[in-house]
Amino acid sequence: MIRIPCPFCGTRDHSEFSYGGDGSIQYPALDAPVQDWHDAVFQRENICGVQTETWQHVNGCRMWLLVDRDTMTHEIHDVRPAHPGMAKVLGVTS
Amino acid sequence: MTGQKGWTRQWRDPEPKSHYDVVIIGGGLHGLATAYYLAKNHGIRNIAVLEKGWIGGGNAGRNTTIVRSNYAQPGNREFYEDSLKLWENLSHDLNYNVMFSQRSHITLLHNPGAVDAVSRNYNVMRRTGNSDAEIWGLDQLKAAVPHLNYGPNARFPIMGAAVHKRAGTARHDAVVWGYARGADQMGVDIIQNCEVTGISREGSKVTAIETSRGKITAGKVGLAVAGSTSRLWTMAGLGCLPIESHKLQAFVSEPLKPLLDQVVVFGMGGAHFYISQSDKGGMVFGGDLDWYKSYAQKGNLPIVQDVAEAAMSVLPCLGRVRLLRHWSGVVDMSMDGTHFISKTPVDNLYLNAGWNYGGFKATPASGTYFADLIANDRPHRVIANHDLKRFERGLQIDERGAGPDPKLHG
Repeated sequence: MIRIPCPFCGTRDHSEFSYGGDGSIQYPALDAPVQDWHDAVFQRENICGVQTETWQHVNGCRMWLLVDRDTMTHEIHDVRPAHPGMAKVLGVTS
Repeated sequence: MTGQKGWTRQWRDPEPKSHYDVVIIGGGLHGLATAYYLAKNHGIRNIAVLEKGWIGGGNAGRNTTIVRSNYAQPGNREFYEDSLKLWENLSHDLNYNVMFSQRSHITLLHNPGAVDAVSRNYNVMRRTGNSDAEIWGLDQLKAAVPHLNYGPNARFPIMGAAVHKRAGTARHDAVVWGYARGADQMGVDIIQNCEVTGISREGSKVTAIETSRGKITAGKVGLAVAGSTSRLWTMAGLGCLPIESHKLQAFVSEPLKPLLDQVVVFGMGGAHFYISQSDKGGMVFGGDLDWYKSYAQKGNLPIVQDVAEAAMSVLPCLGRVRLLRHWSGVVDMSMDGTHFISKTPVDNLYLNAGWNYGGFKATPASGTYFADLIANDRPHRVIANHDLKRFERGLQIDERGAGPDPKLHG
């Protein structure tokens, strides 16, 4: 079991969370060239090592998180709210 | 009778030469099959297959050995039907018993929506030349597989099944060994314990492969390293791929007396489960991905629980059966659930990747068409849309209709 330190709830088993995907993707502007959208939607760096990814604490606070995790060892290096503004409103610092 | 004495090696253990006409990276099923068909169908004999560990030690030895061709999408239909036809003659072709057993693939159906969806797909199969597609009612299913959970208290009562009779299983190790021996007999060097550490390029050509056993130059290079495709791709100085590496677990129980004569598949809501019985008696089964991206060949416990729960809901008679082993393999999950047998931006580099859950059954066709691509430097008609550029053309061969999220293409 991977243990994820949720900034809102504390450290929990990863079975409480739902894996989103690659958190490094930046979607281009709506009127950006098709190739930019193609690359954002279909192309992945697929890092073997530490990557930033999205997880949702679906059986907890339901917040989306950005997690820096090693895809080879599963070690978690950093967890932060995906929406910093939300964290600020709720008075959570990470 | 020789009393089982005097057995000799089935393939040589050669030192790598400094140059080969074709180097295949990856000594799994697809790499070995590609080398075999390059030699057999295209007369190319100066070939090396480079394997980091031992042949067949990756996903070739980690799958649930299911072979089927019940696909509905154009491109997949022809490809997997060709593959099944090659499977039907594989033991003869290799002169090696791969124990291919066409024992039927039975997909259980639990609601009218599932019956409608699978009827549509199986009708597509029948209308496009694959007549091996039947929908069974409950009576027929009960007669064939009497010990499924038909009780009124089943969490998901069974309504019927979709049946694909020419599907079945094969002995995965025998397939590896058969292809290795066949390729070796035609002169292919199978080089184990040989890790690729670098791919040297000059412009749009690969010039040499750096390995743990020295530098090897090659006329053409084929990548067949499912799970590690992106790492090799990066070594070749190329950027991103429409692939993510995920891990898939599989399980085998202690051997039982004959219990299940078919491959049975259960998919309902969030559950996914497939099971067959090996010739040794072990119940071989699997379920979903671990859901998060991973390069680790080790599974996590929540999926063990999910799979055990699915097993109990379909075959409650397994409740006291003990698990013998469970393991995990790293698979290339692609953006549309379909593979790539493709040319690349590098002229003499060819890619075989993105097999999702389905690489085992694809082996003979994958080897055939990848060899054809490498030998002739153009894709065969059957794999015309299995290239890396299909998304740019607006095409996704998405059997499940799950969209561009790799983990959903189970």
